[in-house]
Amino acid sequence: MSTPEISEPALRAAVRELLAAHDPTTTPVADFLGARYDAGLAWIHFPVGLGGRNAPRSLQQAVNEEFAVAGAPVLDPGRHGIGLGMAAPTLLAFGDTEIHRRFLRPLWTGEEVWCQLFSEPGAGSDLAALGTRAVRDGDSWVVDGQKVWTSLAHEAQWAILVTRSDPSVPKHRGMTYFLCDMTAPGVEVRPLRQATGEAEFNEVFLTGVRIPDSRRLGEVGDGWRVAQTTLMNERVAIGGSALPREGGLIGTVAATWRERPELRTPGLQDGLLRLWVEAEAARLTGERLRQQLAAGQPGPEGSAAKLAFARLNQQISGLELELLGDEGLVYDDWTFRRPSHPSMEGGTPGYRYLRAKGNSIEGGTSEILRNIIAERVLGLPQEIRVDKDVAWKDLPR
Amino acid sequence: MSESTESTDLQYSEVEQELRGNVRALLAARAPQAATLARTESEQPVDTALWRALADELGVTGLAVPEKWGGAGAGWRETAVVLEELGRAAAPVPYLGSAVLATAALLAAEETELLPRVASGELVAALAVPFGTAPSAPFPSAVRTGSDGRLHGRARLVADARTAGVLLVPALDRDGSAGLYAVEDFTVVPVVSLDMTRPLADLVLDAAAGRRIASGDAAVAVLGTALATGAALLASEQLGVAEWALETTTAYVKERHQFGRPVGSFQAVKHRLADLWVSVAQLRAVARSAAAAAATGTDLAVSSALAQAFASPVAVVAAEEAVQLHGGIGFTWEHPAHLYLKRAKSASIALGTADRHRAALAQLVDLTL
Repeated sequence: MSTPEISEPALRAAVRELLAAHDPTTTPVADFLGARYDAGLAWIHFPVGLGGRNAPRSLQQAVNEEFAVAGAPVLDPGRHGIGLGMAAPTLLAFGDTEIHRRFLRPLWTGEEVWCQLFSEPGAGSDLAALGTRAVRDGDSWVVDGQKVWTSLAHEAQWAILVTRSDPSVPKHRGMTYFLCDMTAPGVEVRPLRQATGEAEFNEVFLTGVRIPDSRRLGEVGDGWRVAQTTLMNERVAIGGSALPREGGLIGTVAATWRERPELRTPGLQDGLLRLWVEAEAARLTGERLRQQLAAGQPGPEGSAAKLAFARLNQQISGLELELLGDEGLVYDDWTFRRPSHPSMEGGTPGYRYLRAKGNSIEGGTSEILRNIIAERVLGLPQEIRVDKDVAWKDLPR
Repeated sequence: MSESTESTDLQYSEVEQELRGNVRALLAARAPQAATLARTESEQPVDTALWRALADELGVTGLAVPEKWGGAGAGWRETAVVLEELGRAAAPVPYLGSAVLATAALLAAEETELLPRVASGELVAALAVPFGTAPSAPFPSAVRTGSDGRLHGRARLVADARTAGVLLVPALDRDGSAGLYAVEDFTVVPVVSLDMTRPLADLVLDAAAGRRIASGDAAVAVLGTALATGAALLASEQLGVAEWALETTTAYVKERHQFGRPVGSFQAVKHRLADLWVSVAQLRAVARSAAAAAATGTDLAVSSALAQAFASPVAVVAAEEAVQLHGGIGFTWEHPAHLYLKRAKSASIALGTADRHRAALAQLVDLTL
């Protein structure tokens, strides 16, 4: 593609041309996605040569539609969501040409899986308090510390990593952001078993891990700003996909209600109807958010959607167990395992009830989201920050 | 499941945003809250001058009426935007009663004689049912036709009837069949109303002459459509009330200092307002969806019941939070918060409580006991 055109018809035509040359049903997935990348039809708002064509982001949907209609392969968001949704935009914004060339294409084709080394045992909601140390040693850095709640660490080749490079300045200032090779010596991944009995997540221990300075993103000490880019993209990704009425967990419980008249009581009916109304309101809100994003007007409804989703999932899954009565007293299997496809709506009712408890903690607790809405949307005063001007090393912990 | 609303446009068009701006500017100039509050204790609780301005200067009293019947040829979506603004101002005009409920009935009955006069705002019309009537309620029996062929009875607690020139009266004939009548001969008995900015009235029909505009099943269908349209559109007014409460309260807690800091810096306050913002954002999507359903007639039964089941508690909580988070000043007569509290609580009963709408949903989406 020399000078790709940017109109929607031109984009659709380019997609069809690609589909004609690479049969999506017979071409291996990585090859097909590679061809899509090389044609600038991956993330179309990226630069030419990096999977895009500097096109308006609002046209991406048309491109995706055209591929979807043809049955073209897409990567599993459960396995590649961190790479596609969070690492890629950060790499693009802060990486140099060498990093762009080395990492973006295999990330897009799914040949390399990414994970995110941000949270630590002592830095959850207060991410900026993190203490994994990075010490400069010639052309590289030596990293020591512990990360936690890392999805995919046991499958990932690469990680985006935030470290403490200068403990003598206040916490937001002394951080540095790296790309970490998960196969490097000193990286140890241990499963983190959760309340459901399984281990979706990991603890990652970093002991004397050497990272070349060329794999640093952003300036030394500027890691917080780089991390903000990553996290902002996480929130953009939260919108989710379009659902029909009763498309989520509420549909499962409604179906049980319809099929099992013997379970019904007036109190449960009232609870179910209230949640049905709430679920439909949340669905319409998500739909409105998607329309705004498609029209290029991202609204702050993303934080609202996540708050509502967490509350609803917890309430609906709780009601489901009560509705089931005796059947709600059992659980399918406590055996330790590593699920390949964790799902909020899959599994058994007991699993759904327990897993939903994570929804108001992961990806920003509901309390932090309320702070964000209050401060960034409503403009209310910020929380008093006693640690703002204190050197990281002097913070009480 | 019944119709999906996936493809429904839930945004505001540019035309709607312009309309909103015009209505908001007019209300700011002609219906400041101090005047609205003073009016509640005056001889004229309904602002007829404001009604004339909405009709003559903005032409918004006939938005839902096609041009061929003297309206603006817009629709219920645009009407909903006007209602949002009227809710924000707690404006004492008979818009919901005349431009929504009665107009929806006249449109459903294709009553082309009255429509142009109602659309122009020259004639205020009221649907003579108790304001608490849900779309799923049985056909009213408070008014009956007598052997004289005239209407007898009392329609209680009717909204927006104080300044009405014509009533649309559902009545039962002597054989028990339903009819809908246009009546200009009636007595208005004012009722001291919880919502001071939408005062109710009892309407006495004493051998009143009525012109039948729909009969039998058609009359039942017309009334049902009017009430469902009203329920769907009321959500937009409730959205306006909730938005006022959220915005005013947010502004106040930034200004109000206690313990040497803005009260809005306390997390107990911030989180309540954040939760309210989430609810209001959801209500906006629900109200847009309901207005769209009214406009197309598709999925109206579910959308209107959903709208009322969701909007009523949100608007009430918003108004209650406004009172609480304003502290003492929010409990005074001089502060307008109580006007919105009264409007929100009354609106939560109007056209059926949330519970009645949930009961209707149980039937509509097959979640019966």
